[in-house]
Formats: sequence, structure tokens, C-alpha cells
Amino acid sequence: MDKLKTKLRLYLPLIKSLQTILLLVTGLAGYMTARCPVTTAGTMIGLTLSLFLSVSGSTILNMWYDRDIDAKMPRTQKRPLPSGKMDATEALRLGLVISILGVGIAVAMDALYGLIIFGGLFIDVVIYTIWLKRKTAWSIVWGGISGGMPILAGRALGTGTVDWIGIALTLAVLFWIPTHILTFSIRYRKDYKLAGVPTFPSTYGETFTRNTIAISSILAAVIIGIAAYGVGTEWGFLRLMAVLSAGLLSLAIASVVKPSETVNFGLFKYASLYMLSAMILLMF
Amino acid sequence: MKKISVIDRILFLITGLLASYQIVDGIADAGTFAITTYTIGFGVLLVASLLIIILGFDILDSPLVVTVSTIIPLSLSLGLVSEYLPKWQTPYLIFAILGFLTIVITRYKSTGKLATILPVATVHGVAGMIIFLLPIIFSLQGKTPGGFALVGIGGALIGIGGLLLTFLKSGKPILPKETILTLLPILFVLMATAFVFGFAAG
Repeated sequence: MDKLKTKLRLYLPLIKSLQTILLLVTGLAGYMTARCPVTTAGTMIGLTLSLFLSVSGSTILNMWYDRDIDAKMPRTQKRPLPSGKMDATEALRLGLVISILGVGIAVAMDALYGLIIFGGLFIDVVIYTIWLKRKTAWSIVWGGISGGMPILAGRALGTGTVDWIGIALTLAVLFWIPTHILTFSIRYRKDYKLAGVPTFPSTYGETFTRNTIAISSILAAVIIGIAAYGVGTEWGFLRLMAVLSAGLLSLAIASVVKPSETVNFGLFKYASLYMLSAMILLMF
Repeated sequence: MKKISVIDRILFLITGLLASYQIVDGIADAGTFAITTYTIGFGVLLVASLLIIILGFDILDSPLVVTVSTIIPLSLSLGLVSEYLPKWQTPYLIFAILGFLTIVITRYKSTGKLATILPVATVHGVAGMIIFLLPIIFSLQGKTPGGFALVGIGGALIGIGGLLLTFLKSGKPILPKETILTLLPILFVLMATAFVFGFAAG
């Protein structure tokens, strides 16, 4: 029993629980935009389980592949793999088993849903992490596309097809990702430099990065508003979404006009809160 | 600056949730103009609460605080005037726009202490009196249900909060800084609660 507890304590940091929960919520929101109120508990359990396992699996595989650069960055060097607390082969096996389980459940539920889930996992692990992350700062576009797959998958499971609302929701997440990742890469620019990972701040400078954050925030807010209107979200919830979007835009503009570490950190945190709130509002 | 505690964060979260409820459902029966101004007022309250939760009380050092905190009483009073004194909507809208612009201009192009304080005091004073007195007078006159007077209580609380913040920003606080920052989250949550129940009754 103690051995199992120790293992679980090691495995938990491998799945980046907050990021996993956020992606899980986007998937649930995507499904609920098509099927609300939810009357099929079995589908919801299957959706939750398959998304949780697929996202966790891809995160573990990313951690396994990136263990060498994680060891160079103070922010990540205490993680189980770079710190040597966990064997790399064990992490690889765990990541593969969890990923296969997640995609397997997804395919068994619905072929299209399973295909999108597999696509998200493939883009995240193979295209983003293994192929592009160490070569170009633009890899975040692929990270963004993979981040948009859970919401597209959820929507596709609910409607049985890929419709314009599903694509709009995916684009909203895609344009939200730079706000999240680029503010993070400004905050930890020294870490990324140490690891030799190209980022927007190191490649194009901070001004260009902040402008990109502002533009992508505007696009994310506009597209999520259009998608919410398409879904048929009630006016009250649309008003609340508009208020939260205005907060995001104000912070993004403040980061361009009067850049500071405080505004950058505020924008990073607010962006996560914004996405979580927007997803919850889409569920109604 | 006082570190924000877990309890402070919970109180600001409750404030944010109450403001969210008000935006979604609490003002749904008002006219389009009033809905817009209430949404702006409660929206600023919501975003301000979230930013204090995220960044702590340090955010109150920002020079934008005075300008942004003016939006809440101005927009709420505009909504009340539009709903209950519709003949005064246009003149009061002009007053609100001019007052707000004057505050913004005098903040960034300082023309002496009196010229900076005067617009803030005038705009806050007029807006605060409208939020405080209008619901209470209308309730006493029987034009609105008695519970609507709670909006006036909310107005009084927002006035106290605004005063404390203004004195804090002026560098001459009437209470110790620590005390003001301890009171602020309590004032916020009480104010939001009074507004929610008051508007529900009205």
C-alpha cells in the first residue's frame, strides 16, 4: 500500500494536473454545447475518462521526451524525471499505456471522437514536442492546435460531426494559447534560454511578443463570443462573457502600453481563469 | 503593503460571484440602457475582485485605481437614473461623461492638487448620493418595495470604500493602511450583497 502511495506521489506531477483539468473542462464544454442538459451519464463518464487519460498520457510522454531540457531549467529540474526520482523507461511505459487506454476508450465510444483525440495526442507529442519545440518559436501554433482538440472532440461527440461552432471553439482555444504560453515564456525567459528552447521573446524580442499576446487575446475573445452566440448562449451569460473578455483585453493592452512583470503575471493567471470561466459559461 | 490572506481572497471571490450573478440574472428586467450601465458597473467590480485575488493588494498602487474606481458608482448611478428618473437620463449621461473625462485628464495632466481632487470629489459625491438616496427615497415613498432601499445601503458602503481608497491613494489615510486593507474585502462583499438583494427587491 505504501509503495502504491509513493508511486502515485511520483506520477501526479507528471500529468500537470491544473493544465489537464483545464483541457478536460474544454472537452466537457464542447460536448455540453451540443448536449445540454446532459442525460447520458455513461457518455459523460466515458468522455471524462478518455479525455483525462489521453491528456495525461500525452503530458507524460512530453515529460519523458523533454527530461533533458527540464534538467537544465530551475523551474522544472525538480520534476520526477530530471531529478532522477523516476526511471525514464517507467515513465515512457506509463505514458504509452495511459495514452492507448484513453484513445482506445475514445475510439470505442465514437470513431470521429476517437480520431480527433488521437489527432490531438499525435500533434502534441510528435509534431509539437518531438519535431518542432526545439527548432522554432512557432511550434506554439501546433501546441495551440493540439490544445484545441479536446473541445473539438467534445463538440463532435455531441453533434456527430465537425461543424462551424466546433471549429470556432477550437480557434478560440488556439488563439488563447499564445496569451497563456507567451506570458509564461516572458516570465521564464532565462530558463528557456538555459535549455536552448527557442521562444518568441528570445527570437523576436519582448515588444513583438507582447503585441502578439494582445492580438491573439482580441482574436480569442471575439471568436469565443461568436461561438457562444452560435451555441445559443443566453444574453445574461453572453454579457458576463463580454465583461470577462474586456478584462482580458484590458490586461493585454496594459502589457503592451505599460509592460511590467506584475501585468505579465496578472495576464498569465487571468487568461487561465478566463478560459475556465468561458468554458463553464458555454455549458449553460 | 499587507499580504492578501486566504480569507480576503474568499471574500473577493464571493464579491466576484455576486457581481457575476447580478450581470447574468439580477438586472435582466431593466431597460437596455440600464442593463448596459449596470453591466459596466458590476463588470468592473468583478474584474477588480479577480485582479486583487490574482495580484494581491499591490494592484491598489496602480495610478489607474482612482480612474477605474470612478466607473463603478458612475455607471450604477446612470442605470438608476435611467430606470427611475428617465427624464434626467440625458443630462446625467452628459455629466457622467464629462466628469469621467475630467478625472482622466486631470489624473494624467496634473494641474495642481485642488484641480485633481475637485473632479473626483464632485463626481463621486454626486454619483454616491444618487445611489444612496434614490433607492431609499423611492422605498420610503412607496414607489418601490422596501427591500430596494438595500441598494442605498450598497451605495453607502461603496462610498465608504471609495473614501478609504482615495485617502489611501492621497497618502493621508484616515485609518492605518493595514486597517483599510483589512476592511476593504469586507466592504466589497457587503456592498455586493446589498446590491444583489436590493435589486432583486426593486
